[in-house]
Formats: sequence, structure tokens, C-alpha cells
Amino acid sequence: MRLEPRASTSGAATILWPLGAILATVVFSSVLVMIAGASPLTVFWLVFKGAAGSQFALLETLTRATPLIFTGLAVAVAFRARLWNIGAEAQLYLGAVMTVVLGTGAVTLPSAGLIPLIMIAAMLTGALTLLGPAILKTRFGVDEVVTTLLLNFIVLLFVSMLLEGPLKDPTGLGWPQSKRVIAEAQLPRLIKGKRLHYGFVLAIVSAVIVWVIMKKTVLGYEMRAVGHNAEAARFAGIPVNRVIAKTALLSGGLAALAGFSEVAGLKGNLTLDLSPGYGYTGIVVAMLAMLNPLGVIAAAIFVAGIFVGADAMSRSANVPSYIAEVMVATSLLTMVAAIMLMRYRVRWS
Amino acid sequence: MTEAFEILFTASFWVAAIRIASPLIFATMGELICERAGVLNLGIEGIMVAGAFSGWFTVYMGGDLWTGVLVAAMTGAMFGLLHGFLTVPLGLSQHVTGIGITLLASSLTYFTYRILLPEVTSPPKIEPFQPFAVPVLSDIPVLGPALFNQTPLTYFAYLTVAAVAFMLYRTPVGVAVRAVGENPSAVEAQGISVTALRIGAVMAGSALMAIGGAFLTMSAFNSFFFEMINGRGWIAIALVVFGSWRPGKALVGAILFAAFDAYQVRLQQITGGVIPYQIFLMMPFVLSIVALVVVARRATYPKALMIPYQKGER
Repeated sequence: MRLEPRASTSGAATILWPLGAILATVVFSSVLVMIAGASPLTVFWLVFKGAAGSQFALLETLTRATPLIFTGLAVAVAFRARLWNIGAEAQLYLGAVMTVVLGTGAVTLPSAGLIPLIMIAAMLTGALTLLGPAILKTRFGVDEVVTTLLLNFIVLLFVSMLLEGPLKDPTGLGWPQSKRVIAEAQLPRLIKGKRLHYGFVLAIVSAVIVWVIMKKTVLGYEMRAVGHNAEAARFAGIPVNRVIAKTALLSGGLAALAGFSEVAGLKGNLTLDLSPGYGYTGIVVAMLAMLNPLGVIAAAIFVAGIFVGADAMSRSANVPSYIAEVMVATSLLTMVAAIMLMRYRVRWS
Repeated sequence: MTEAFEILFTASFWVAAIRIASPLIFATMGELICERAGVLNLGIEGIMVAGAFSGWFTVYMGGDLWTGVLVAAMTGAMFGLLHGFLTVPLGLSQHVTGIGITLLASSLTYFTYRILLPEVTSPPKIEPFQPFAVPVLSDIPVLGPALFNQTPLTYFAYLTVAAVAFMLYRTPVGVAVRAVGENPSAVEAQGISVTALRIGAVMAGSALMAIGGAFLTMSAFNSFFFEMINGRGWIAIALVVFGSWRPGKALVGAILFAAFDAYQVRLQQITGGVIPYQIFLMMPFVLSIVALVVVARRATYPKALMIPYQKGER
């Protein structure tokens, strides 16, 4: 068999292939649910209800989507320029570290000054974290996939060291956790008494800004050109290495905002379980969104819904909540296959 | 200082080094085969998780140890088939697909673990592979016990390196595998299917990765823990680059790396908590990055690595 590019993608193909991907994911997870001894219809209904069945559920889904929008944007930006940033997890944690370094009383300013200051410092930290692997890639030809992956482990150990050392909360009963950020450093809640916070608004605004950068600026054009064909871009006079460095700064900064928003908006302090793999899930979000910054919002809410819904479902039905991870991973694989088949025709010869 | 130096001459240090090296040897050989055929396999981390669980569970259910190894290998090969199908004929991004395979293999494993063992709070144990002293050879001072008083699965790891090296350089299949990673259209011109060859290589490589995972649950330890692979797959990918895609060099890399890992554990005990333990745990990962930077300049990647092949294209 061989693949031939389609001259134009028909309307039917753009709908049918992704629909097929979703169907395949549903069928596969149904089989697993049946193996677990439950009825797929009941389980899917419980997942849906847990994700969107009440005001509480919906707000919880949006709260969970917030860090995923940031990491999804980080990955989308990087992958567009073919910078394989698998290290959003590390950038997230270092953004969170910067947030507690500045936000737990070291700097005292009114909110209007302190929050932007922390945000910028966190973004810089994340940006520099990814700049390292980007420079190793452009200067020495070291594959950034491996370096960013390995950095995730290094950074997590580094955070663990900080939480048992300089950043440890002396009143934390020995738990490895940081002090809580002061009131002026906290992002306010969107609705009084609910968990959803202004980090969500910041995430939406970031997505719009990234969309504008990608579509309307020279940098966005250059990033797409480098991602499409680095050799051709170089030939056309685009400074490829500098574009990759700028991409790294933008991507790392966005991922760090996830850590900032989780600490300043939701958790209040830094612990080692701040992120249950948001950096890796960001890859799924970005691919489901076909690397479109606005699509990232929808994809993040969808993925967050699966996680939140599955958590609720596993409490009432006897199916492990790991089904959510399986569904998310399956949807990634089926969706990238669907996107390929949308653009290419399979010829059996 | 002398104390830190004397460690290097103790047999127990080298025994530990070879034990730590064994799963890395399997995983590195597995990744090496995939990449020599032109396919990057980032599914390695998840495939090792799946292998660690499936091998261990087979034994837990009453199968014998070698059946467990076989089941692990077959589990790995199945994920290899999926990775191969998605990246070779469909030509999907090997990065994205690989990460997807890792996410799928590890989440499926955790899901299965929870289904099969819903009640357990502490992980159940099995009777793992026991060390077997090779007569005469194991009596050599220091190196004897290190190399020849290990479990049969470690001896199998040595054999694997020899077999992979022999296969790649001395058999027609191996020559074809190497060729398909350099110049696939030339292979197609010989009337050999690039698709079949690459998928086959990815399946074989993935089987080895899974055995590497199974080594941890069936030889190094005796039960299955979540997160037990802990980045070993990613380190194996670095070791392949470090070994310039050659089995012998990769073996040396894996042993050096494992020796360093065994050394930091012992150094940690000597320094007695002055330096935070996380610094020691970071060293293997830092070392991998340093090694990559050192060899990057003269690294000669298989020319067709990560480039999907379309029939009739040149």
C-alpha cells in the first residue's frame, strides 16, 4: 500500500475520519470496560455526568482544563516549528518553583504588581529551561526529544530537593511541601466559593495571543516555515536557529504558566504531585487540536472532561479510573492516523 | 577519599553494576534494532512497563519464569506491531506515535493491574530468577562473581548482544535491516518489502525492550510497582546514540553507565547525608545528557532514521 496526497480534502473526509477516530476509541474502551465487568453505556453515561452533568462537574472540568490549555499551547507552538518539546512537565514545575520563591513573602507588593511580576519571572524560568535543549539542538545537534525527556526527571528530583531543603514549609509537619503563597500573590476565584480561578481566563487569553502570533506575525510565519521545511526556510533567508530559540522561549514560558496558575490559582503551595503528567497530556491536547491554538482550548476541555468524569465514574462503577488515561492515549493515536488519512489517499498496489 | 576509591575494587560493586546494566542492555539492543531499520521507537518506556507487568503476572499466575519472559516478549512485540503499523505504512510522526505508544502501554498496564489485582494493597511477590554461579569462571577475583554469578536472565542479556551483533553484520536479514535504515529504495529495488522489514525489526526490538522491563520484576526485584521503569527507556535511547548504533559500543556504554549508577549509590552511603540524595539520583540523567553532547558532533545517524518511506519515491 502507498499514500498519495489528496489534491483537496473533501468536506466529508474532514468529518468522517476524525469521527472514525472517536468511534475507534469508544469501541476499544468499551471492550476494556466489559472486561472490567461493567456495561459500557452505564460507564460512558457516568463519565459524561461526572464531567458535565452539573454545575459542579462543569466547573471542575474547566478547572482541570486550565493547566492543560497552557501545556497544550506550549506543545502546539513547539511542534509547529518541529521543536519536539517533551519537557513541558519540567518547565511547568520550574514555573511553579519561581511562583513560590517570589510569592511566599520574599516580595511584598499589592496584587496588581506582584502577580504580573511573578508571572513574568515564572515564564522566564520556563523559557530558559527549554532554551538549553534548543541550543544543544542547534549548536551541537543533540536530539531535543531525549534531552527534554531526561530533564523532566532531573527537574523533579531538583524540586524534591528544594521541598526538603530551602523551600520546605517549617510548619508542614515534615511533609515535602512549600509554604503557601501570600494573599497578594493568589489568583482570585472566578465564582466565590468555587475552585475555578482566573488562571482559566489567563489560559483563554494566552490561547488567543498565541493564535495571533502564529497567524498574524512574522515570527509565526517563520515558525511555520521552519516546521514545514527547515532547509527551504534557511534557503529563503530565515534565521532558522534564532527562530527555534524564540520558539523554545515561547513554548517554555507557556508551560511554566501552567505551574504558576496551579500554584497561585488552585493549590496555594508547591508539592511533588502538583502535576499528574500535565506536561505529557499537553502533547495529546496539542495533537487533538491539530496544533491550532484556539483548538487547544476545546481539546483541553475534552481531555479534562474525560479525566474528571472517569474519576467520578470510578467511585460509583467498579472500573479503574486508569480507563481515562487509556482513552486519552488511544484518542491520540487514532486521531493522528485520522488526520493523515484525511490528507492522503491509501492506494493498494 | 581512599574509601571512595576502594569501592571500585569490591566484587559487590561490580555485581551490582552488571545487575543494573542488564535491563538497559536488553532495552538498548531493542532500540538499536528499531533505529538501525530507520524507526525511532519512543514507545520504549511504556513497552518496558508492559513487559515488566506481563512477565511478572504470568509467573504470579503459576507460569514458569521462562514462560514469563516469553509472554513479556510477545506483549512487547504486539506494541511494536502497532508502532510499526502506524509509523511505517501510514508514515505518522515517529515522535508523536512513540509518545502515544508509551502513554497507551503504561496506562493499559496500570488498568490491567487494577482489574486483575483489585484487592491488593502491597504488591504480591513471586519467586524470581536466582543467581547461578558458572563453575570455574565465577572464581576469578572481583570480575568472576560480577560477570558469572548472576541470574540466567543476565546471561541471556550477554547472549542477546552477541546475537544482535551477529545478526546485523553476518546474516542477510541483518544486512537488509541495516540497509533499510540507510537507503530504503535500494532495498525495495532488491525486491524486499521495506514495510515488512521495518515492521519486523520494530517488533523484534520491542520484544527485547519488554524483556528489559521483565528483568526488573523477575530478576532484579520480585514484584511489580508503578513507576518502576523510571526513565530507563529514555536512558536506553541516549545509550544507543552514545554507542553509535553499534551493539558492542552500546554494551560498553550500558555497563559504564550502570557502574556509575552503582557507584553513586555507594558514594551516597559514604558521604552520609551531607549532599542531598537527590543530587546522586540526578547523576544518571545528567550523565546521559553529557554523553549525548560529547558524541553528538561525530554521531552518524542511520541516514533514513525518522524518514517515512513511500514506494516508488527516491
